[in-house]
Amino acid sequence: MRKLVSFLVGGIFGTGLLLSGMTDTAKVQGFLDFFGDWDVTLAFVMGGAILPMALAWRWTIGRRPVLGGKFPVQSGTQLDTKLVTGSVLFGMGWALVGLCPGPAMASLFWGGLGGIVFVAAMIAGMLVAPAIAKRLDAGPAAR
Amino acid sequence: MPIDWIMGLIGGLLIGGAAALFLLVNGRIMGASGLLGGLVDGSGRSDAGERLAMIAGLIVVPGVIALAMGGAQTHLTSNMGLIVVAGVLVGIGTRLANGCTSGHGVCGISRLSLRGIIATLIYIGAGAVTIAALRSIVGGL
Repeated sequence: MRKLVSFLVGGIFGTGLLLSGMTDTAKVQGFLDFFGDWDVTLAFVMGGAILPMALAWRWTIGRRPVLGGKFPVQSGTQLDTKLVTGSVLFGMGWALVGLCPGPAMASLFWGGLGGIVFVAAMIAGMLVAPAIAKRLDAGPAAR
Repeated sequence: MPIDWIMGLIGGLLIGGAAALFLLVNGRIMGASGLLGGLVDGSGRSDAGERLAMIAGLIVVPGVIALAMGGAQTHLTSNMGLIVVAGVLVGIGTRLANGCTSGHGVCGISRLSLRGIIATLIYIGAGAVTIAALRSIVGGL
């Protein structure tokens, strides 16, 4: 049952990405192009997605997930080097070609060779990330 | 264009609805980079089935819809070098930051998580600077 729900979630997520235009790299780069021909679509997508999730978070208070277990606890308010460095690197990569992990996977079937190469490179990045995280955790003295 | 905004809003509601379903039923955060990353580095081995099922849905369903619509356009650059650099940056960045647009952006902001809000502001800022730099260096996107 958990896997069936997971598949459904992935399917609805992907459909939303496709319909909203977020698998179109030109729209993503257009949103980040604040000083050019700004495309506001991504803000509507974000707003539309945050709305049901905000209601969902409210509903979780004092309850348990339908299929058991516990709701994820808040990750805290600690702003560490990893969060900042990671977000800067992610933003740069995202802007360079207009793909982030969700849309990259949602367009894997029909996005052509470039999309497949992107996902392969992203997986390679994810493989080396733990080693980099360890060095950042160790602090400047270890570097 | 207004039609793009409406489609964006509808698509966004679907994305948020999917995230809400994942949270309320399975008790999980719908973060694309985290779900994939846990499979890649082995940290998500204990719930690999759920992760794989979610990713399968994310790849297959829009794939089938796009094909049924007669194909969709990604407008992705043909510069393979740039694609590889971007992919590696996204892979490392999202794992270091522990989240991407879906995890920090949608799931984090909606619970008013400080880390989610800060991460989103930083990656949009870094993205905007990168686009501006691309424009001034190569004269276009």
